[in-house]
Amino acid sequence: MKLGVLCSGGKDSWFACHLAMQKEVVACLISVRSRNEESYMFHTPNTHLVPLQAEAAGLPLITVETEGIEEAELGDLSRAITLAVKQYGIEGVVTGALLSVYQATRVQRICRDLDLWCFNPLWYTDPEIYMKELITSGFRAVITGVFAAPFSADWLGREIDREALSSLQQYVQSHRITLTGEGGEYETLVLDAPVFTKRIVIQESEKEHANFRGFLRVRRAVLEEK
Amino acid sequence: MILLVDLSWKPGSLSRDEFVGPVARIVSGAGQEWCEAHFSGISGVDLRDANGIILCGTALKDNHFAEKVQAFSWLCDIHVPVLGICAGMQALCLVHGGTLRPACEIGMTTVRVTHPDPLLPDQPAFEAYELHAFACDPPPGWKVTAVSDRCVQAVRHPDRPFYGVMFHPEVRNDIVVEQFCALCRE
Repeated sequence: MKLGVLCSGGKDSWFACHLAMQKEVVACLISVRSRNEESYMFHTPNTHLVPLQAEAAGLPLITVETEGIEEAELGDLSRAITLAVKQYGIEGVVTGALLSVYQATRVQRICRDLDLWCFNPLWYTDPEIYMKELITSGFRAVITGVFAAPFSADWLGREIDREALSSLQQYVQSHRITLTGEGGEYETLVLDAPVFTKRIVIQESEKEHANFRGFLRVRRAVLEEK
Repeated sequence: MILLVDLSWKPGSLSRDEFVGPVARIVSGAGQEWCEAHFSGISGVDLRDANGIILCGTALKDNHFAEKVQAFSWLCDIHVPVLGICAGMQALCLVHGGTLRPACEIGMTTVRVTHPDPLLPDQPAFEAYELHAFACDPPPGWKVTAVSDRCVQAVRHPDRPFYGVMFHPEVRNDIVVEQFCALCRE
């Protein structure tokens, strides 16, 4: 079955893509770039790097832009998926949804309206097992947005490795964050993955951080041989 | 040992982690061991070792199981507790003479309890996650224990410990699976 993967550039969509490629044919990535950093549906910090990730993975990419206005942005997502059907003949969509009923429900409805399959291979997965598997299977994801206490500016640009995971596990206990960031506590950018033939190197970036909220804005990044 | 049955269109499909995995996680959390099998290959050994069976859901577009009702005929001959979730409830009803009709629900829905049931939350109504394209008209004699505005949400067999829920308890209603596990231990 030919599938399109909804890709924000973060760890969940790339891990979902990794799982989908083991079972079916991933024909393209689908990315929605939101101008609204408060978007309910779409991860925003560094979606401009999805084309570089797509190149690293050797996958075609369909990108649409949205103003990110609640519910209206769903029309833009539907438009992107429709383009993927026309250009790549996809029969289904894959998402990296973990716990968000809001997001999952809306993607499911769009897929029903377009008569497409919808797959959420990380749905209600065990967060501990998932995060460990992410690290051991060769993903390099860095934190590019933090939106909750106790995340300091030091977290921006930090790779999710065993040490970072240990700190996140402590924050689950001390600050009741979700381990995966599904509660919106942090956002990630994937720099390397098993499916990538090249890795992404960040050459220039800026941090903005105040009151436990901040972004790592990547200004320049390139692909490098692995 | 609880047997988790994957009703997806093929063994080892991309849907397995979405519909069997979350149920397995709740069963493990309830202290029960489990094993799993695809509906197309249920063996006598699987059934012999099971003290309870959960028929899991499928993707919204996946109704392949409903074309293979004969693959569920073993459900007529067993006496251990069975919980059918969404597609699982549909299979359970079909094999016992119930019917399906198109009725789509996606997302959170209010479920109203119409008859007390050992598996359902102990409250008159609760919110539940729905993902189905068809609804069940239950087999004759089966008791309807919960409904939504669109369709029957929970049923039970008149005599045997067979239960069906149309909503997905693995999303925000773990208690249904936990109470089923407790029932299997009795």
